[in-house]
Amino acid sequence: MSISQPFRLVGGGRIDRRRRVDFRFNGLRFEGYRGDTLASALLANGVRTVGRSIKYHRPRGFVGSGAEEPNGIFTVRHTGVEGSTIPHAPGTVVELVEGLEAHAVNGWPSLRFDFAGGLQWLGGMLSAGFYYKTFMWPRAAWHWYEWAIRRMAGNGRAPDGPDPDRYDKRNAFCDVLVVGGGPAGLAASLAAARAGARVILADDQPELGGSLLGARRQLGGKPAFAWVANCAAALADEPEVTVLSRTTAFGFYDHGFVAALERCTDHLPPPRRRGPRERVWRIRARRVVLAAGATERPLVFENNDRPGIMLAGAAAAYVNRYGVAPGRRAVVFTNNDSAWRAALDLVEAKIEVAAIVDVRPEPGGALAARAEAAGIPVLAGHAVVDTQGRNALRRVRAARLDGSGARNLDCDLLAVSGGWNPNLHLHAQSGGRPRFDETRGCFLPGPPVQAETGAGACRGTFRLDACVREGAQAGREAALAAGFRDVGVISAPSTDEEGTTDPDPAWAVHSRRPRPRRAFVDFQNDATAADLALAVREGFESIEHIKRYTLLGFGTDQGKTGNVNGMALAAGALGRSPAQVGTTTFRPPYTPVTFGAAAGLATGELHDPLRVTPMHEWHEAQGAVFEPVGQWLRPWYFPKPGEEMRAAVARECLAAREGVGLFDASTLGKIDLQGPDAAVFLDRIYTNDWSSLAIGRCRYGLMLGEDGMVMDDGVTARLGEHHYLMTTTTGGAAHVLGWLERWRQTEWPELRVRFTSVTDQWATIGVAGPRSRDLVASLCEEIDLGPESFRFMEFREGVFAGVPCRIFRISFTGELSFEINVPADYGRYAWDRIVERTEEFSITPYGTETMHVLRAEKGFIVVGQETDGSVTPVDLGMEWILSKKKDFIGRRSLARSDCRRPDRRRLVGLAAADPNEVLPEGAQLVDEPFTFLPVPMVGYVTSSYWSPNLGRSIALALVAGGRDRSRVFAALEDGRFVPVDVVSPVFLDPRGERQRG
Amino acid sequence: MKRYSVFALARNALRFGPGWPALWRSPDPKASYDAVIVGGGGHGLATACYLASEHGITNVAVLEKGWIGGGNTGRNTTIVRSNYLWDDAAALYEKSLQLFEGLSQALNFNVMFSQRGVFNLGHSVHEMRDIARRVNANRLNGIDGRLVGADELARLLPILNVSARGRYPVLGASFQPRGGVARHDAVAWGLARAADARGVDIIQNCEVTGIRRERGRVAGVETTRGYIRARKVGLVAAGHSSVLASMADVRLPIESHPLQALVSEPMKPVLDTVVMSNAVHAYISQSDKGELVVGAGIDSWNGYGQRGSFGTVEGALAAIVEMFPIFSRVRMLRHWAGIVDTTPDACPIIGETPVRGLFVNCGWGTGGFKATPGSGWVLAHTMATGEPHPLNAPFALNRFVTGRLVDEHGAAGVAH
Ligand SMILES: Cc1cc2nc3c(=O)[nH]c(=O)nc-3n(C[C@H](O)[C@H](O)[C@H](O)COP(=O)(O)OP(=O)(O)OC[C@H]3O[C@@H](n4cnc5c(N)ncnc54)[C@H](O)[C@@H]3O)c2cc1C
Repeated sequence: MSISQPFRLVGGGRIDRRRRVDFRFNGLRFEGYRGDTLASALLANGVRTVGRSIKYHRPRGFVGSGAEEPNGIFTVRHTGVEGSTIPHAPGTVVELVEGLEAHAVNGWPSLRFDFAGGLQWLGGMLSAGFYYKTFMWPRAAWHWYEWAIRRMAGNGRAPDGPDPDRYDKRNAFCDVLVVGGGPAGLAASLAAARAGARVILADDQPELGGSLLGARRQLGGKPAFAWVANCAAALADEPEVTVLSRTTAFGFYDHGFVAALERCTDHLPPPRRRGPRERVWRIRARRVVLAAGATERPLVFENNDRPGIMLAGAAAAYVNRYGVAPGRRAVVFTNNDSAWRAALDLVEAKIEVAAIVDVRPEPGGALAARAEAAGIPVLAGHAVVDTQGRNALRRVRAARLDGSGARNLDCDLLAVSGGWNPNLHLHAQSGGRPRFDETRGCFLPGPPVQAETGAGACRGTFRLDACVREGAQAGREAALAAGFRDVGVISAPSTDEEGTTDPDPAWAVHSRRPRPRRAFVDFQNDATAADLALAVREGFESIEHIKRYTLLGFGTDQGKTGNVNGMALAAGALGRSPAQVGTTTFRPPYTPVTFGAAAGLATGELHDPLRVTPMHEWHEAQGAVFEPVGQWLRPWYFPKPGEEMRAAVARECLAAREGVGLFDASTLGKIDLQGPDAAVFLDRIYTNDWSSLAIGRCRYGLMLGEDGMVMDDGVTARLGEHHYLMTTTTGGAAHVLGWLERWRQTEWPELRVRFTSVTDQWATIGVAGPRSRDLVASLCEEIDLGPESFRFMEFREGVFAGVPCRIFRISFTGELSFEINVPADYGRYAWDRIVERTEEFSITPYGTETMHVLRAEKGFIVVGQETDGSVTPVDLGMEWILSKKKDFIGRRSLARSDCRRPDRRRLVGLAAADPNEVLPEGAQLVDEPFTFLPVPMVGYVTSSYWSPNLGRSIALALVAGGRDRSRVFAALEDGRFVPVDVVSPVFLDPRGERQRG
Repeated sequence: MKRYSVFALARNALRFGPGWPALWRSPDPKASYDAVIVGGGGHGLATACYLASEHGITNVAVLEKGWIGGGNTGRNTTIVRSNYLWDDAAALYEKSLQLFEGLSQALNFNVMFSQRGVFNLGHSVHEMRDIARRVNANRLNGIDGRLVGADELARLLPILNVSARGRYPVLGASFQPRGGVARHDAVAWGLARAADARGVDIIQNCEVTGIRRERGRVAGVETTRGYIRARKVGLVAAGHSSVLASMADVRLPIESHPLQALVSEPMKPVLDTVVMSNAVHAYISQSDKGELVVGAGIDSWNGYGQRGSFGTVEGALAAIVEMFPIFSRVRMLRHWAGIVDTTPDACPIIGETPVRGLFVNCGWGTGGFKATPGSGWVLAHTMATGEPHPLNAPFALNRFVTGRLVDEHGAAGVAH
């Protein structure tokens, strides 16, 4: 044993003793070896107490050696790597790397002298559910109690900076997914691979072998590890097999979808880290073989939580896998044979075993002889009833089950086994319902619901050779079921198996104290046997209630060690069997998943696709200020150097009504409709009449929801007999396409019409203003643009600036205007040809803000601004658009009495008494300046702008009764009530002469 | 009922004996009750509790097919706020918020209602306009709340990413200081305990399988524990409301969807308020245990299986990491789903059905936890008097016939 690692065994283990690794724990320097976990390295250094429990602040040490660990939780980071904090990591799964810094998550000011440690003496008062019964007086005080409670709660600390790492995702398909690389999983993978199936084997350890990594076993007369190595080599040779190590399958969802988390770089020293830190595998598997093994459970007895008390399998794993002595003098306490094997492993490693305490009257089976040969004293029909030792275990007290014959045994390690629980998480997540097996004393998988089979310990099969056989069979059957050939029975190597008796289902040992208080069931949440009894006494019968009341299984270990004991104890208190009580729901993920990994690449710029138009770079070069609209980024306004928004917008507004305004309208949704029933379809979707629309003409249309409320609007053109081009709002495009598809596919499958989104295929350039015709004419000779030959609401196909185009004479500004559509790839080219004529035609580019002002001057609505899902066409003054001759979506709803109420809110214009007052959008309108709350509201401001063309402020609003009211008050946030006149929403050119000119 | 007080607690801690009695009895169902409530979630329990305490109707049973509070009551993210847009909705939720403010004392059970404030973020000019509209309406309705600009947000929530370069930059928020979170299980248990103390029978593992009618009025319910007569039956079954209503040939305009939520590992305090965002579809708070509690948008498909798809969880977490970059390395501990009952206007349906004596209280969708006491208050009134309370009169089933909808979609988006 080296001095620096006093508990390191001389030989053995799968660590690399040539590679020393320095790390820190709570500020102190330690060293371990490559291949260690943080836990094994700490134990090698004799560090026993690694945390304080959350409620009573009792000293705690490692209980397990893997994902089940409830106590040894650390906040870890790497020296010199900014933002590398992981708030909450079980030391048993953190691979040791150079520069690792670990801090115990609880324990202040130091682990040995925990200030809050005195809380354990308040235990009775702090029993389950105490929060609910107290902290209520006086009423206002909860605030302060809560502040204090929050500071006591919680384990790790959140990182304090952004994450320096990136994460990845991968979608994968396979015929057979095998979860777990232990004996059963290896055999299953090989069998399936031999049949030709594409296999993914996901295993959470750094190397294959599963439980064999921590055990000293024989297979086929050789150390089991030789067999593992053979399997690994054989799998590596199979071209259709993907082995994912350090990969935890954490969730089994519907239709064979399994999500797994691969840890790619945390185990490497920071300089050697490349690529993503973690990767989520989204695997769609035809068949799944669950070979995820089993987790040992502790036994429940008074003071069963002292540092030095750990699972027998974990003790063996520290010896066999890491070459660490978890103690110098051990007692083994068990109800089954597996711990006898651990005892023998300890002896083999020269660790004294003071006794095996077994609750069974004649325990040990075939192993008894070996124990005897090894000179291990056996206390049959005995139990450990209490323990001693302040910061670490010093002594245990054993007695016969009737309480007689008590004796003390000095030891610093108590290896405990209460039997094994198959890891049923994925099975249960897939929809399976675990059932309790009385003989084996554990829950087993129920009938499969998805294409899934269990194999090995995961299915309650604990003999090594049986696991291999069962795995091979499961792999064979899975491949067969996935359509591959039958490889026949695969012979499995025999084992040195001895002692397979089922455990005596002993769950808890009662000490002689009248009310044991410190017999812990859930270590992390300090839930005790007494808490469970209390919950039952307080009337909780459902295990889900008991769980919630006592917090059993709510910790970060999700109760991997405590749950089944808790269920059995609750069952006892309720006078029922565990089968009747059942399990709580197994919720994903099996082990915690990093937020960043679940987010994957969808962060920052890539959070959502950002869409820009073909002219975007030009806008940027002009210094445009952008506005996000749905997924799009649109130019909001184009300020000249030093120009404020208001001045820029005023300039753009005037220009569009006097010269030529240039607008990028490419973001409007465009849907191409084709088919002989297109017209019928449009008739049903839109409120107005479409069959009568002549080829070459356009029409404005409104779409309503089934509730009769305005949903979207836009201009649709008839390009041909059976061919239409629909435009939608920018933000509504995807929704509208989905809407059309939904109606066609689910309600009117008989209609022959198809839809294609062409939003990205066309660039749309709007030119508006009195000189826009001349501008277009200068670039487009073949189309006769004369007012009589190309009339308002018509469209033409032709060539614009040498590029094929569709020109629509439509207007959202109320000006004479044209929308020129060219194939997107020519968008910038066509735009540049227009911009070249800036001087000649006094062209001014404008953004969405000016577009809004111009349309508001005309009283044109914007869906989503003048509407909010509660506005009908009639409310908007658009009765004219409702056909009386045909049915359309929403028509029936419009006939409902409420839609005909005279006092509905209607679209109006507002003119503030002070023409310089631009009302805030979203301001509520009231009849009088009230002072008492609540104030009845009669409407609100939907749009509000400074109109440079009118030289005053204008606004649109929805007001109850519409223009029946002549004056209202806008209630501003600062408390003012601003008088406003209710006027027509059309402020400019009410007869529409300009746009028709 | 044995009252909890500081002294009682100390006594029970020291005494070696049976100690606390059961929070509620576990009776067998009687053959007949004056009123039967189907659904032992918060809303059903609150209804029973107020029937007894406010209307003196104590011969009442709450029938729960599983364990009380095991539906959405025990699965939700517990956000409580009342800053709804429309007057009718605001009044109903405000009543509930006020009841929440005194609930621990009224029930003598600490429901841990924590008024830590609720922020609703706006990410576009358009969203900010809607938020301003809602805040203005709240103010005039006497509901606390104000607009918060991006600069102030950055100061109040330093861990929030308000950089203008974000994909969805944060432009501002609404803030309701009286909003907050509560402990969901405690709400269910406290209500059950108080109802039980007044004589209400809480009957678990009792699924209603049929509704018997006689001459157009309800006569009783068939259950897995036998037939139970009752002249008044209230269906308060959230995601399963339409299944139950159809037993009496009543069709409800309800779609049932999975809605998912998740928690992180518990951490020391980092977030002392509630932050919600519609644009990115996620919201977050930190529980007293220290877990970050994150909610997602609904899964768009219909179904009754209490499981959602992983893609929705991925989306919610991407949104959280986007808003709070420092949470990227925090880990998700558990995720789960409930089945929410959504209506066309995102508002509840409360009142009598065309079958006399048969009442429904459903359609709370993604946001009914906050309404738990208020919802029970008005349904109890409606069942006791046969007339709706003024607060729930606007939420009758026939609004889908008249068209008088109270559309909270536009303004509230995900209405948690
Ligand atoms: C993930 C999620 C997050 C949420 N977040 C929030 C939030 O932050 N804030 C908020 O205000 N709201 C939120 N909600 C919504 C809120 O949870 C619900 O609106 C509210 O809890 C509904 O309460 P309830 O009592 O009506 O329904 P439930 O609690 O679902 O109770 C209905 C009960 O009826 C029982 N039942 C059903 N059928 C039968 C039958 N045939 N016989 C007998 N019993 C039956 C069920 O078992 C269930 O217990 C969320 C919901 C979910 C799922």
